[in-house]
Amino acid sequence: MAEEFLVNIQEERLSFFTPAGEVKALNNVSIQMKEGEVLGIVGESGSGKSVTAYSIMGLTAQNGKIVGGTVDFNGHAIQNMTEKELRKIRGNEVSIIFQDPMTSLNPVWTIGNQIAEAVSLHTDKKGKAARDRAKELLELVGINEPEKRLKQYPHELSGGMRQRVMIAIALACEPKLLIADEPTTALDVTIQAQILELMQELRKKLGMGIIMITHDLGVVASMCDYIAVMYAGEIVEYGTTDDIFYNPKHEYTKGLLRSIPKFHEKDYSRLVPIDGQPVDLLNPPKGCGFAPRCASCMKICLEVKPEKNYYGGVHYARCLLQQKEDFLKNSGKGEV
Amino acid sequence: MADHLLELSHLKQYFPVAGSKKVVKAVDDVSFFINKGETLGLVGESGCGKTTTGRSILRLHEPTEGKIVYDGEVIFDSEKGIKKNMLPYRRKMQMVFQDPYASLDPRMTVEDIVGEAIDIHKLCKNKKERREKILSLLSTVGLNSEHANRYPHEFSGGQRQRIGIARALAVNPEFIVCDEPVSALDVSIQAQVVNMFEDLQEKFGLTYLFIAHDLSIVNHISSRIGVMYLGHLVELADSDQITFHSMHPYTRSLISAVPIADPKVARASHRIILSGDVPSPLNPPSGCPFRTRCPYADEQCASETPKFKEEQAGHFVACHHLDRLN
Repeated sequence: MAEEFLVNIQEERLSFFTPAGEVKALNNVSIQMKEGEVLGIVGESGSGKSVTAYSIMGLTAQNGKIVGGTVDFNGHAIQNMTEKELRKIRGNEVSIIFQDPMTSLNPVWTIGNQIAEAVSLHTDKKGKAARDRAKELLELVGINEPEKRLKQYPHELSGGMRQRVMIAIALACEPKLLIADEPTTALDVTIQAQILELMQELRKKLGMGIIMITHDLGVVASMCDYIAVMYAGEIVEYGTTDDIFYNPKHEYTKGLLRSIPKFHEKDYSRLVPIDGQPVDLLNPPKGCGFAPRCASCMKICLEVKPEKNYYGGVHYARCLLQQKEDFLKNSGKGEV
Repeated sequence: MADHLLELSHLKQYFPVAGSKKVVKAVDDVSFFINKGETLGLVGESGCGKTTTGRSILRLHEPTEGKIVYDGEVIFDSEKGIKKNMLPYRRKMQMVFQDPYASLDPRMTVEDIVGEAIDIHKLCKNKKERREKILSLLSTVGLNSEHANRYPHEFSGGQRQRIGIARALAVNPEFIVCDEPVSALDVSIQAQVVNMFEDLQEKFGLTYLFIAHDLSIVNHISSRIGVMYLGHLVELADSDQITFHSMHPYTRSLISAVPIADPKVARASHRIILSGDVPSPLNPPSGCPFRTRCPYADEQCASETPKFKEEQAGHFVACHHLDRLN
């Protein structure tokens, strides 16, 4: 393809080698993303959404290893890079903000020092210049009285304010890609609204791409252009936001949408939960990862790993049931 | 009134601050009632006092002031100095906690965790009966007999929350305070637990006080919702009324801030973004607690605390400027 991708992950497989055995955290994950796009990755804990995004920065735990496929970011082949080379990219071309702004800031450094550190590490602005840039960044993320805040410590700020500081640090070098790992999960709703609004504004202003990792379907609905739904280390469905919400093809995506209350409608019908427990990646099922919890599971689902099937544009899903239904519809017959 | 299971009047819960004379007014003058068999939702941001309210009702904290009436009996009244022994009431009033990881003793088996309350209240005559009771409780919450001899760390978050619920049900309670029972769970598991709460309510005729910060879940499960801000109850009404016809400016911004899982609606909707943060409860603003973030605030709001009064049948609000708002 001639198109330029900011992120191009092809068939990535990543495993963690633990005393209990190999945990296959990612199985053939592919993601392509252009500059300035917002991609949402949704899924439950342990589905591999953070691991996917972190691998773009080469951030895998020591026992983690990319065992197959390629991870390409902004022209760099991440899987072949040394730690030293990766450091030049991290913070410069790609930045990250984490879920818990309290534990990701250093409690014994002032806000000013922490932002200035990021600035002086990655740019030629040092000393006073770095501090001035820090002040600018605080203004950019909408913090009042930046002069005063620079001298304060993280514990003196509220959760929402700390998350703004995290964003300021992440933006220090105007990265091309910002990875936001559950950026609002630890925040209250009204503060969450503020932070989401800020991220949207900054995206417009700076034109950066954002990967938004979350389990909250409400957050992706308002923020993202594209959504990848992950389950058991695989992208089970991928498409535009409207594809995913209005034309879901995978049983897991459908289940997720049914399991959340419809807040904006006067609909108090029972929620439809997804039965069972999340998958154990030490002993992944042989066939479709979701099969053991799927209400419409067929015999074949337990045996065969479903391939991608496209539904117009970029929209694809890995679901055998959907493929069977499509086949029946197209052939116009009652039997396969 | 007979159909009120619980009545709370002017409940205040202050905590002293170590090393100073200040107090934190965690709950300040909160009054409401809960009908038999209903679910009252309590929402608000962290630190607004919703959990403290729930704990004070069970007298896990001794309230500073106020009156608590449970099923027609006064269990606490600061004016008359009534402080009933809670042990008999613990059988009727139970609690399910937020964090299923921290609220179960890691060194006790599931059988002992669920059985502890049975022992304390001497509900079973012998070991066989106790065992049977525990197994039936586990099956009620969707666990099986194999699980009885295991330890909490062997379970997932959703299963642990089920153990916590089984423990609360062990004494056949009438009333359960559910303190953020699904916040720590994955979305697909949340629905399982929410449905279970609804089933149990139907089966045992339970009454819930359902505390959570997730408005969409609270709205789904509750018949009425109370909204708290900085220790005050600012609005209380039927769920639909709160969601679609709220009166208080805080409730309105809270509702508009809920992320809607429907892209077309989300794009069209307008968020009322509040500026700033919740003030510190150590140093709350004078008058109306919300005035520092309220777009309608004026001098009256600073000088006078608005009364919590019934504006429409069953719809209580505390705001000076309802006429300007509506």
